[in-house]
Amino acid sequence: MERILYFPGCALKDQARGYEEASLAALAKLGYEVKELPRWNCCGTVYSLAQDELMRHVGPVRNLIRAQEEGADEILTLCSMCYNTLRRSARFVEDPESLRRINAFMDDEPDYRGGVEVVHLVQFLEEIGVEKLARAVVRPLHGLRLAAYYGCTLLRPKEVAVDHPDRPEILERLVSTLGAEPVLFPERVECCGAYLTVPRPDIVRERVGEILRSAGLAGAQALLTACPLCKFNLEERRPLGAPRIPVFYVGEALAWALGVREIPAEIGKLLSTGVTG
Amino acid sequence: MAGELSLSRARLEAPFVRKVEELSGQNPYACYQCGKCAAGCLFAEHMDLLPNQVIRLLQLGDEAVLQAKAPWVCASCLACTVRCPKGVDIARIMEALRQMALRQGLSPVQFHLDREYPQIALVGAYRKVTP
Repeated sequence: MERILYFPGCALKDQARGYEEASLAALAKLGYEVKELPRWNCCGTVYSLAQDELMRHVGPVRNLIRAQEEGADEILTLCSMCYNTLRRSARFVEDPESLRRINAFMDDEPDYRGGVEVVHLVQFLEEIGVEKLARAVVRPLHGLRLAAYYGCTLLRPKEVAVDHPDRPEILERLVSTLGAEPVLFPERVECCGAYLTVPRPDIVRERVGEILRSAGLAGAQALLTACPLCKFNLEERRPLGAPRIPVFYVGEALAWALGVREIPAEIGKLLSTGVTG
Repeated sequence: MAGELSLSRARLEAPFVRKVEELSGQNPYACYQCGKCAAGCLFAEHMDLLPNQVIRLLQLGDEAVLQAKAPWVCASCLACTVRCPKGVDIARIMEALRQMALRQGLSPVQFHLDREYPQIALVGAYRKVTP
């Protein structure tokens, strides 16, 4: 069994626990032994955009040092926000001067030597390949019109994008492989409002309305996300009158199709086979 | 903003614009005002200045930009950043403007803490208002 090191982050241990459990079960079914990164800490949630904020990279780089101690050259993330901050910090310290400064600052840690790559579950699945994944599907999601909502952090900025930032297809390939019908909709790569949900819930409610109406018009029966903040906003900031489209995590749909998690009744009744459980 | 406009080197070199350039690592003078950032911005309708107008005021050295509400409505979604034909990372300029206010002890943002949020929302929101 191939071993992979996994960085959970806060949401996967709390409101997105189901995402973690489903993903880990699916990866085990695919033949991977998943080990949780020891002593992981917060990824920082949002990547600092200011040039002089070296301190904001300390948290992410500490996690890379933990991976280095495990002898790993790769860490897997499920949360797209963790993916974004960790991967961008990993890019930031590719610059020798930035790496030197951050190592000098963190004198309580062994020096980070660089070279740990941060990958997201959707990239990991893409690497496994359609053929191997398709062979592992035991309960194809035939008949389900499944729309991937990418949001921001899997696609922007370009240097960490899992696919083309405006015209991604990586999640649609996954949806097809799982047997469901991918649904494209105009808002699929647009922001839900993210953390504005705290200072400006009014704006986020408008955004969520746009996203749900756009997905509804395209005929989506369920939405797929990799972001716990998108899921929170799509569910908790839905304005009155916007279509009620259930939101699931990428790892959940994967686990249904691989037969390691029960298909929820609301999805089961949409499948052409009508099979649930 | 209104009234007479003099494009002089002295104005272009306003120290506060230098600071924005330094904090953002971006060159606002590269912008040719195509408006693509504003056209694709999902939050522009809530802004007092459009993203390209923010850049324009920087180009003109107009300090009114420091009072703009626009940077606080920006969600750092980076849609403008990936679409700018001149490679200006507009989100970084918005961040620089937020940081300049925060570092002077100013924050026009009010949090609604009368309800529950997941950590991911709170940590994200607080980091955006931390100098």
